[in-house]
Amino acid sequence: MDFTLSEEQQMLQDTVVRLVRDSYSFEQREQFYRSEPGFSWAFWQQLGELGLCSVPIAEAHGGFGGSGVDNLLIMTELGRNLCLEPFLQSQIHGAGLLQQLGNAQQCEALLPRVASGELQLAVALEESQSHYLLHDVQTRAVVVDGGWKLSGHKVVVVGGHSAGLILLSARTAGEPLDEQGISLFLLDPASVGVSRRAYPNIDGPHACDVVLDEVFIAADSLLGEPGRALPALRYQRGRAIAAQCAEAVGGMQEAFRLTLDYLKTRQQFGAPIGKFQVLQHRMADMRGELELASSMAILAACVADEVDSEERSRRLAAAKFVVVRAARFIAEQAIQLHGGIGMTWEYNLAHHAKRLVMLSHQLGDDDHHLQAYAELLKSA
Amino acid sequence: MDINYTPAELEFRDEVRAFVSVALPDDIAAKVRLGKHLSKDDHQRWQRILAKRGWYAANWPVEHGGTGWSVVQKHIFEEECAAFGAPRLISFGVNMVAPVIIKFGTQTQKDHYLPRILSGEDWWCQGYSEPGAGSDLASLKTRAVRDGEHYIVNGQKTWTTLGQHANMIFCLVRTDPDAQQQRGISFLLIDMASPGITVRPIITLDGDHEVNEVFFDNVRVPVANLVGEENQGWTCAKYLLTHERTGQAGIAQSKAALAQLKQVAARELRNGRPLLDDPLFRAQVAEVEIQLLAIEVSTLRILAAAQAGGVPGAESSILKIKGSEIRQAISHLLRKALGVHALPFVEEELDFDHAGELRHADYSAAPAGQYFNLRKLSIYGGSNEIQKNIIAKMILEL
Repeated sequence: MDFTLSEEQQMLQDTVVRLVRDSYSFEQREQFYRSEPGFSWAFWQQLGELGLCSVPIAEAHGGFGGSGVDNLLIMTELGRNLCLEPFLQSQIHGAGLLQQLGNAQQCEALLPRVASGELQLAVALEESQSHYLLHDVQTRAVVVDGGWKLSGHKVVVVGGHSAGLILLSARTAGEPLDEQGISLFLLDPASVGVSRRAYPNIDGPHACDVVLDEVFIAADSLLGEPGRALPALRYQRGRAIAAQCAEAVGGMQEAFRLTLDYLKTRQQFGAPIGKFQVLQHRMADMRGELELASSMAILAACVADEVDSEERSRRLAAAKFVVVRAARFIAEQAIQLHGGIGMTWEYNLAHHAKRLVMLSHQLGDDDHHLQAYAELLKSA
Repeated sequence: MDINYTPAELEFRDEVRAFVSVALPDDIAAKVRLGKHLSKDDHQRWQRILAKRGWYAANWPVEHGGTGWSVVQKHIFEEECAAFGAPRLISFGVNMVAPVIIKFGTQTQKDHYLPRILSGEDWWCQGYSEPGAGSDLASLKTRAVRDGEHYIVNGQKTWTTLGQHANMIFCLVRTDPDAQQQRGISFLLIDMASPGITVRPIITLDGDHEVNEVFFDNVRVPVANLVGEENQGWTCAKYLLTHERTGQAGIAQSKAALAQLKQVAARELRNGRPLLDDPLFRAQVAEVEIQLLAIEVSTLRILAAAQAGGVPGAESSILKIKGSEIRQAISHLLRKALGVHALPFVEEELDFDHAGELRHADYSAAPAGQYFNLRKLSIYGGSNEIQKNIIAKMILEL
């Protein structure tokens, strides 16, 4: 057991810290949010040029071959500054699925372009009825001459509006809730029959719904064996959860810091409000939650790339559960301790609070993961 | 960063496991598992077994008979011991007064007391709290007045855990009544056989005799029993409390309690199937297990950082709060798991040799009382509210 960072990891951390500090002030973020496509392509390019886009991708495919801990370091800093770019969706979740399911040809053709930042990926798994269940897939893919025809509807695909390719789950066999019969496809969003409706999410990043109306895609757009994608979907969601936990910890640390500063400066009743014990204890509670969440983000990062096992699944579900609960607590209390100012658009704390609460709506909420954990509970 | 045990750590775990599985007497393990009363002899037998193996004073420096174990090794050791049903070590001697003597004591004190702690010859209890000094410990009033080569001690200590077994007590006493609260306090080692000491039991709400009142009526204590300098006892007190708090997370005990909870919930029935398979109950068990995991990883992180940087800091207050809360949450669930069987209060059922006439499961006698007993966790060692004050002051600088 070891909780220290290697020299290389410290350098990586320094690089990201410097980058976001210099290029991602809160005012800049607001501009990025208002611009097309809702984030900064220039910043994305910087992530590519500094090699950060390549960190999660295997060396064999032009990447750096980073570990879960490397991903954690990047995501924590992106979370601290509320970065809007779909790094998690593209470089960790999307690239991870491509790497796990893609054949040599697909990987060679695409992953180096992802690693450089040139090609952005998005992942479309959720449907209107699915409520975080990866096997609840109603989008259909049927075999046609030379390929597949896709019909269906994917919702809230974060980064789907800007991605060059969308990885999309569709049912190639079986009934809506069957675990078998789910396949993963590479979809060029420019294909005939694809319509996308883009919008900002309440916590900042932009997303889109994807409607598929008899979309023809070539046979080589299938990733992996037909009908057998579910284990990979679950495994890679675990990696994405680990990254998301790290992002949340960065956000929680910043929300905590802002609130602590505020308690030391805001005067009421002739004293800084941080002198009042009821607020001190609230901050102590928040500090405790932050400690547990940080531990679980580290745990998640350490197990994210392990071979699939029940223990890995349990730990990742546990991490998401603890982080979601802590994030909501810290977000709500941070607003409460700030009072009215914490509810204004012009103050960055409010945006942290939104991000921290809404992360439970991606990749499964606390109920989902508690249930998952309970199902895997060891009896003794 | 690596969250997994190294091969060396796994080897160590196997070594501990192999030893404890054989060395721990079955009757003691059974008592601990079922929550039955442990005698003084039970505690001392286990201490002697560990001492013989060199594993009793795990936290001491090697030169005094300690193990030199890393934070992770200590964690593994405690976890394995608790998993097999070993009694928790009574910490007043080995893990509370000993570190103070090692840090602040004279050579004579070290030479005299440390071997006696190791051998189990001395059983220590703690004289901190007073009727008027609980969370506000520094307001303590027990007086020690210098008289030649002695102090004359007068006053009262309370909540003295297992004081009925002790032959030694370490006390915070006021040696300068005119100094500011924390300044005029000294740290004294007192022989419980001294004339003028009276021990009176306090029966707690679970019917148990665990704590006592200790009265001092003109008790003569040699000046040689002063640890550190006169009026500087608060330094010792704080040092001891930090050590106490760090151990108070009680992860190993919580893990053992959680295992017990699962076993009971697997045997208790509801709607014709194990309670553990009831979705609502199962989710609650899952939740405490998740929380415990988070606290365990946090404990290891904080202790690892402390080991790298010296003394554990105010972060140990976070562990004390979280550790006590989770232990209480588990005991709450265990009580709930028993349904109506948690109600009967037949004190003899807690005697190991008692042939119970109640046709209830053997595990059902103790948990309700334990639940009430464990309310102490968030009160003692600095209440959880005091811990939050410490966090606010020391970490948050509010």
